[in-house]
Amino acid sequence: MSKIQQLIIILIVAFATMITRFLPFIVFPANKETPSYIKYLGKVLPAAVLGLLVVYSLKDVSIFNEFHALPEAIIIAVIVILHFWKRQMILSISAGTILYMFLIQFIFK
Amino acid sequence: MVYKKIKAAFFAAFPNTIPILAGFLFLGIAYGIYMNQSGFKFYYPMFMSFIIFAGSVEFATVSWLLGSFDPVNIFFLTLMINARHLFYGLSMLEKYNIPGWKKLYLIYGMCDESFSINATVDVPKEIDKGWFMFFVTMLNQIYWVAGATIGGIFGSFIPFDTKGIEFVMTALFVVIFLENWLKEKDHSASVIGLFISFICLIIFKGTNFIIPSMIIILSVLTLLRGRLEKHE
Repeated sequence: MSKIQQLIIILIVAFATMITRFLPFIVFPANKETPSYIKYLGKVLPAAVLGLLVVYSLKDVSIFNEFHALPEAIIIAVIVILHFWKRQMILSISAGTILYMFLIQFIFK
Repeated sequence: MVYKKIKAAFFAAFPNTIPILAGFLFLGIAYGIYMNQSGFKFYYPMFMSFIIFAGSVEFATVSWLLGSFDPVNIFFLTLMINARHLFYGLSMLEKYNIPGWKKLYLIYGMCDESFSINATVDVPKEIDKGWFMFFVTMLNQIYWVAGATIGGIFGSFIPFDTKGIEFVMTALFVVIFLENWLKEKDHSASVIGLFISFICLIIFKGTNFIIPSMIIILSVLTLLRGRLEKHE
């Protein structure tokens, strides 16, 4: 691939990404009344999308692997318990990550 | 004082981005190293992380740049991987509806992490919401571009035995999900999103699960509209 072709590919990826980000705002501009169905979606979608995001961040983990996603399941359980107990975002995130690194570097290796 | 207002928003926004500082620096460095070792100069990851600013598709682009020139296919693949942004946009129609150029930047920089913080965080009353969300987005972009550039410059010189650090992103999303769970009165939408995505990931595997998940989530939320709206 030439440099120009590479640049075209990068610009196309950027452009397609921007379509997915800008489209809702273009279809439902601020100066027009947004349909009530879309307003309803705007209220319920964030919670649903946060669920999707959790799963999305685990997309490369397979339950059919050697460890059957066990390290991930253990740590997520730890994070849930820790967070309901202390409710400190930074603590839950850093403790979860450090424990996960320990698990996969020394136990599930 | 405009300057004071901006400064206050910056210092309110920064602590919210600390987990992402850790996650993006490491992931960004990993991405830069990956590009470096695939034979690209540092300005490739620097330019791509800046202009595309969507992690997973940037990793995919490395292999596309090494393959044959296929712009049409790549265009549609990118739309598919990033389709979840459509839901972010629908969720942020009101929140991002602020006057001026900041709105354009907020939409441009709406990556998973910026979206999930801006969608869920309670901005203190005295802080300007527009500037707060602007700094969350901008700081995240700076971390990502900095990480990618460092990785691209130093490449294999960095001793990279930080296996598992990428889990910081999962931890972040789990905690944001839980925070939202603790705040909401009705958990239906959270359960629907989590459960449907999980089933779709098992069935379709990898990035292929996104579109079916989105369609099913949308259908279920639409069917339950009467019930869910009553609960508010």
